[in-house]
Amino acid sequence: MNIYVFDGSFEGLLCAVFEWFERKPGEIQLKTLDTYQPDAFSPAMIIHNDQQKASRVWKGIQSRLPKNWIRIFYCTYLSELEEAYAALFEFSCYIFSNPAGAEKNYGNKHVLTLSQTARKVEREKHRMEAFIRFQHTADGIFYCGIDPDFNVLPLIVNHFKNRYADQQWIIYDIKRHYGLFYDLEKVEEIAIDFNTQKTALQSSASVLSEKEGLYAVLWKDYFKSANIPARKNTKLHVQHVPKRYWKYLTEKQA
Amino acid sequence: MSERIREKLNILADAAKYDVSCSSSGGNRKNDNKGLGNSHTSGICHTYTEDGRCVSLLKILLTNHCIFDCAYCVSRKSNDIERAAFTVEEVVELTMNFYRRNYIEGLFLSSGIFKNADFTMERLLKVVKKLRLEERFNGYIHLKTIPGASDELIREAGMYADRMSINLEMPTESGLKLLAPDKSHQDVIKPLGYVQNQIIQFKEERKLIKSVPKFVPAGQSTQMVIGATPETDKEIMHTADAFYRNFSLKRVYYSGYIPISNDNRLPILGSQPPLIRENRLYQTDWLMRFYGFHVNELLNDANPHLDIDIDPKLSWALRNLQHFPVDINVAAYRVILRVPGIGVGSAKKIVQARKFGKLRIDQIQKIGVAYNRAKHFIKCADTPYQLKDFQSTQIKSFILAESQSKYIKTDTSQLILF
Repeated sequence: MNIYVFDGSFEGLLCAVFEWFERKPGEIQLKTLDTYQPDAFSPAMIIHNDQQKASRVWKGIQSRLPKNWIRIFYCTYLSELEEAYAALFEFSCYIFSNPAGAEKNYGNKHVLTLSQTARKVEREKHRMEAFIRFQHTADGIFYCGIDPDFNVLPLIVNHFKNRYADQQWIIYDIKRHYGLFYDLEKVEEIAIDFNTQKTALQSSASVLSEKEGLYAVLWKDYFKSANIPARKNTKLHVQHVPKRYWKYLTEKQA
Repeated sequence: MSERIREKLNILADAAKYDVSCSSSGGNRKNDNKGLGNSHTSGICHTYTEDGRCVSLLKILLTNHCIFDCAYCVSRKSNDIERAAFTVEEVVELTMNFYRRNYIEGLFLSSGIFKNADFTMERLLKVVKKLRLEERFNGYIHLKTIPGASDELIREAGMYADRMSINLEMPTESGLKLLAPDKSHQDVIKPLGYVQNQIIQFKEERKLIKSVPKFVPAGQSTQMVIGATPETDKEIMHTADAFYRNFSLKRVYYSGYIPISNDNRLPILGSQPPLIRENRLYQTDWLMRFYGFHVNELLNDANPHLDIDIDPKLSWALRNLQHFPVDINVAAYRVILRVPGIGVGSAKKIVQARKFGKLRIDQIQKIGVAYNRAKHFIKCADTPYQLKDFQSTQIKSFILAESQSKYIKTDTSQLILF
């Protein structure tokens, strides 16, 4: 079986689809450069990115899929999972070689993988919209550091831009080393050098505005008061707020 | 200063927590004035309390001073508790600052009745107006309609709030009379009807004139306390159904009564809140709203109570085995929706996927159907032919044997001896 190796970019993925249709080598394996291990029995082909080829494939996909499926396609790509890349590749080939409407075939395993992966990504995106807790810094910027399972920053930009239109804010992805900065006009991509992982997540008290402490305490108080001890249900609580997100949550800090 | 506000927040958030509604969905306010906030159609739950309930709004009372003495309420006049009241500025500041930090979706403002209904409603209105007009706040606002407030005040409040609600408190008039002699269902029905009419009227006007302001865009909801008075599930759900139909409510909430007083009309202190019953009522509510069930199919004179050990859909299916098995490759969508173990999402996927070929068991499982439960009620392309017909009691025991109920361990309801 042939191995196609691409660089993990969206463009590369689309080019892989292009190359496959040019050669029709039958079943292939798709790998990224980072994880590719040479194999004595399978010839490998390195996919070279070509903007023209990629845009032709992308146009084709856009003309064949309805709008919500374009979103599913993009979300699946943002999951950054090796299996998801392979599924995207297979899905594209499947869409191009079948009549329009083939994406509705939930009996097909690639269709199902896409719809399920996209759901995971959308869930993570929604969780970020919910669990991000801004801290007001002394220089007037609302800051929050996150490390989401998937690369969801591109999906949450609009939500935060529309919502917090009258305040400056930064959302920083610590794992992927880039962030978003809103300066009251537009959102820009930024990179910050942090000394340690810890300072990126929780800013120290010295850089925070004077009222920040008060509102954090009030919020913790509110969180405690809203609880009804007679109905305690830890299982449900953890199911809704998985423990890996507790580090973001002001109300969960001692 | 900060000590006093902490104290107030603790008292007034504590008093407001028995209102279950915390949804922030259905709003469609856009941030088009470069202000703060815009609504999210499906709502966002920013955190969950340790009892597993969502915290989406800053839910507080303006004050817990109250002139009424309703037996089921913590803020009743005769209860010896600390009283407090927020000023308008304090509520506005808390809301704005919490919202800016992405703690909340908006404000849920309720209040004890002090002096009279109009005076209370006016104070609530002041908060909302200040938020919307002075602070340019476009987040979600859920406002309590105060029973007995004048139509003009309610109408004005509706221009700024996203959702308004008014609590039915007890499912039946007789139950309400028993615990809150000063109140009646009529007090609730009048403002509910008024707001509903206004919503319709504003919608009609908007069709002609684009600039007509929004009026309660996220609709109305209500709440019933269950388990405080001896109503049957049938009475509760029939009341809910009537309110859904007559007032086009978005939601009816069912709040299991948590013992808070020594009043001998109520369950004694320390008894377990009816959590399973509450859960079953919500399931029934969902079946009515999203699964095309009529309330009479689920609860009628022959079955006035919901089963505790199985969910209402399964219990309906077991009572009506003549409709099964359903062939999922040919049955209509609404029929598939009635199969236990198949939800709205899976039913839609099945209907789309079967156009591409007959669906097999393994595909059905991958689509997300709870197959262990559904297998007794469906036929797939490769379901083996079966001669034996099982009785409903047998099917029930198969399903119960395979499933792990989250409730069996915690079920502590006491048997009645005499």
